[in-house]
This record gives sequence, structure tokens and C-alpha cells, in this order.
Amino acid sequence: MRNRTKAQEYLTAFVMLLPYILSFCVFFAYPLVKAFVISFQNFSFLGDAPPKFVGLANYKEALTNKMFLDSILNTLYYSVLVVPTQLIIALILAVIVNDKVKFKEFFRTTYYLPTVTSPVAVSIIFLFLYKTDGLVNQILRHIGITPRNWFNEPSFVMPAIVSVAVWGSVGFYMVTFLSGLSTIPDQLYEAAEVEGAGELTKLIKITVPLLKPMIFFNTVVSFISTLQMFDLSYIIGGSDGGPMGKAMTMVVMIYRTAFKEFNMGVASAMAFVVFGIIFLLTLIQRKLFGEEMSY
Amino acid sequence: MWKKENTYGIGIKIALYTICILWTIVTLVPYFIAIITSLKPVEDVTKFSIDFRKLSLDSYKYITTEFPFMRWLFNSFVVAVAVTAGNLLFNSMAAYALARLNFPFKKVIFYIIIGTMMIPGQVLLIPIYLILNKLGWIDSYKGLIIPWLVSAFYIFFMRQYFLTIPKDLEEAALIDGLSRFGIFFKIFLPLSLPALATQAIFIFVGNWNSFMWPSIIASSEELYTLPVGLNSFYGQYYQFWNQVLAGAILLSLPTIIVFVAFQKYFVRGIVTTGLKE
Repeated sequence: MRNRTKAQEYLTAFVMLLPYILSFCVFFAYPLVKAFVISFQNFSFLGDAPPKFVGLANYKEALTNKMFLDSILNTLYYSVLVVPTQLIIALILAVIVNDKVKFKEFFRTTYYLPTVTSPVAVSIIFLFLYKTDGLVNQILRHIGITPRNWFNEPSFVMPAIVSVAVWGSVGFYMVTFLSGLSTIPDQLYEAAEVEGAGELTKLIKITVPLLKPMIFFNTVVSFISTLQMFDLSYIIGGSDGGPMGKAMTMVVMIYRTAFKEFNMGVASAMAFVVFGIIFLLTLIQRKLFGEEMSY
Repeated sequence: MWKKENTYGIGIKIALYTICILWTIVTLVPYFIAIITSLKPVEDVTKFSIDFRKLSLDSYKYITTEFPFMRWLFNSFVVAVAVTAGNLLFNSMAAYALARLNFPFKKVIFYIIIGTMMIPGQVLLIPIYLILNKLGWIDSYKGLIIPWLVSAFYIFFMRQYFLTIPKDLEEAALIDGLSRFGIFFKIFLPLSLPALATQAIFIFVGNWNSFMWPSIIASSEELYTLPVGLNSFYGQYYQFWNQVLAGAILLSLPTIIVFVAFQKYFVRGIVTTGLKE
């Protein structure tokens, strides 16, 4: 009897896990192995020739491809600009709409809207705003700044995309910071007030130190997501990466190599290089923030 | 003494409200411009001024009747609803097994689920494409839907929720002769409505906004989802900004409505998990 119920429980568990197990095998485990194999093969999707083992040739080709190397630099440049900008703005907004103003529900809702808006819609709206004769330039002209074709000039395209990205995701990080703020006990602030601490002192001495785990967490999440940026760069810059390829990111480069040039082997090698970069940078981040994370 | 502090307080208040209002403007003005421009005739799109007599819904009418925008909207709905339904059922099933049943390799399976979240999706893109190609699912609803029916992250999320449901409830039901599936459908799912709502909303919005995968899989125009269709429309008709922006508004509205209606679940989702889909 006991064995029967045990067997029944195993069977139930198996049935309940079956969709996941199937999906895991077909859309995760097998593809992961396959991607690794393809990255060592001469695998052209278009040709009829069977895949041939080519050793490290794809990795060599990826790492000597100037456009791919540039895309790595562009992506890092993008991350370095986006991550601190969006986290600082998000933190400031979170502290304010946490309890310091009226209509905080309205502000929170408003700030979160871009986060649920399709990146395609966001890109298109900003393509319109940043046009040479668009609203942004009309305002700039009024205050005496020369209008520019933001998305079409090599040195401006990435900073312009950064501004769009920050606009699009500040709301998300604001809400995560809000959840962190809600865990800080009020007594700490009350005690500080008794000792005559001002708003700024309280922010620097209480809020920021206690939010450190949350700040670390958001830095990692934000960093990883910027390294995987695709939508904005592809819609604004196209598969050529915008003016002089300055908007080309690593993932757009993988997409282009795989699905425009159908060079699946090299694209897979690129994907593993990107994986390696993300992994390495996450490890470094963990080391840097390591001590503060230990509590 | 208190007077000095009071003025200090007002100064700070002005600064705080200024920041709040500035960021509200930064957030809302792009939407506002997009809506107004979508209502303008094409010759006025770059004009700063608004001529209210000339505003109309013409560009919405035009894109939805002369272009397959309604078809793309329909595709987006079908795919997003199917993916959401699949996730709600399958993730919860797996989560129930992990939270409440005993079976061999339970720990291993749990760590595999956690582990899969750490692999960046781009690595898998090419082989998944090749598999779907072998199956003949390229350019089909199947290709758009089936690879995304389960999510490791939401299995984890639901498991955490199920762990909070008291064991006594379940034991009583077992004694009453309810099967495990009965318990899952009649007790666990109904008790988990807030968690299910959170999951549903995030998956719906994530899928609605997804761009890269549908642009790889949907090659014929009838199968485009709205983001893919709008991007291709922009590529050809970029000078007709009123229509392009009408498309952008059409694409944005459903998720904004869902968000405003179900806000508390969004916040709960982020607060309880701190993760982005």
C-alpha cells in the first residue's frame, strides 16, 4: 500500500513536470549543446553541404571581425552610460515618491508607463522627436544650441539611444528601489531626526547604506540587460548598426550574422563570446561588491 | 529655531516637487506629442503648433483599413494570450510538484530550473531556429508560441507562493479523497489568484512587446505580430509620421491599459521577486 502511494506520487510529479521537462529538453538542453557544437562547425544555413568541424576557426573569425569587436566596445560604452544614469535617477525618484510628496500614486504610475510600452513604439516615437526638424531640436534651437540629426551622426547616435533607454527603464528600477525602501524601519529616521540630522544626512547615512544590497542587485540586473540590448539599436540603427556602425550592439551583430548572412557557425561563436563577457563581468561585479553583500 | 527649520522644509519641498514634475514632463511629453501628431494631417506633422480644427482619426482609419494592422493586432493577441495561458498552467504544475510532492531528483531539477535563468537567451536562438525549421514551424503560430510556453523564472515564483499555503489544508483534502490533481486545481490555483494575476500580466506584457523572436520566425506579412508589422511599416512609410505614430499608439495602448487596470499586481510582482522577465 505504501509503495503504491509512493509510486503514485512519483507518477503525479512526473506528469506535472512533464511540460517543463519537454520544454527544457527541446528548447534549452539540446539547443545549448547544439549551439556549442555549431560554434565549431562550418555551418551555413543556406548551403546544402553538411556541417564540417573547423576547430576554433569561427571564434577566430568572430574575434578578428572588426564590426563584432566594435559592437563589443559600443555595447560596453552603452552599458557604462546607461547603468549609473538610470539607477541614480531611479533612486532619487524612489526616495521622493516613497513618502515625501502628495500624489505619489500618480507619479509612480506615470514613471512606470514607459516600462510597459513596446520598445518598438518607444523607438519610433523618439525617432520622430530626435529628427533634424523634430521637437527636441526645435527646443534646442530656442536656447541657442545647433540642431543635430541625433540618430544619424556617429558620435551622437549612442548617447541618443542611451537617453531613450534610460527613459524606458527608470520606472522599473524605481519600483525595485521602492520595495527596498519599504524594508527600512522608520525608527532609524526618527532617531536621526532627534539628533538633528537633515534630509541629505539621512539619505547618505541611512538610506543609501541600507539599500546597498538592492543597489548591488539592480546594478547586476541592469548591467546584464544592457549587455543584451537589441530592440532599440536594431530599430533605430538597423542591421548595419546606424551611422558608421556606431549603434551596433553585440546581440544585433549575432542577429545579423545568423539571420541576414546565415553564417550560423560564426554567429554561434559570437554568442558564446558574448556569454563569456557577461559571465566575466558579472563575476567582477560580484567581487567588487562582495564584502557589502555578505550580510 | 522651528521657524528656520520650517523654511528649510519648504525649500526642500519645492525642490522635490520640481524633480517630480520635471520627470513627469519627461515621461509624458513623448506620449502626448505622439498622440497629437497621430491626429494631425501629414503636412502638419513637423509643425510645433496644433490646429484643433484639423485633428482627426484619419490616420488610424487609414492604417487599420488600408494596411494589415488589424491582422497584426489579432496575431499579437493570439500569441500573447496563448503564451500566457500556457505559462499559467505549466509553470504552476511544475511549481506544485516542486513545492508539495516528493520524488527522486527533486533537488537536481530545482537547481536546473534556477540554473537555466543564468544562460543568456541569444546563445539558444540559432539552434531553436534550426529545430523549428526541421519541424516546419517557421512562419507559423506554433513557432511563435510553443518555445515560450514555460518559464523557469515563474516556476520559481509560483513555487515560492505555493510554499506559503498551509499543509493542513492539503492533508484534509487528501483524507477527504481528493486526488493530487484535484487539490492542485480546486485548492492551490484558486488560492493563488494574486500570484497568477501577477504572472499573467508580466508574461502578457513581455510577450506583447517582444520583437526579436517574432521578427525571426514570422516571415510572411500575415503572420507578423504588431511590433514586427509596425517596424516594417515604418521602414516603408517613414515620411507619413501621422500614420507611423498612430501605429505606435495602437501598439502601446493595450499594455498601458492592462498596466493601469492591474497596477497593484505589477508592483507586487516586482516587490515580491525583484526580477524582470
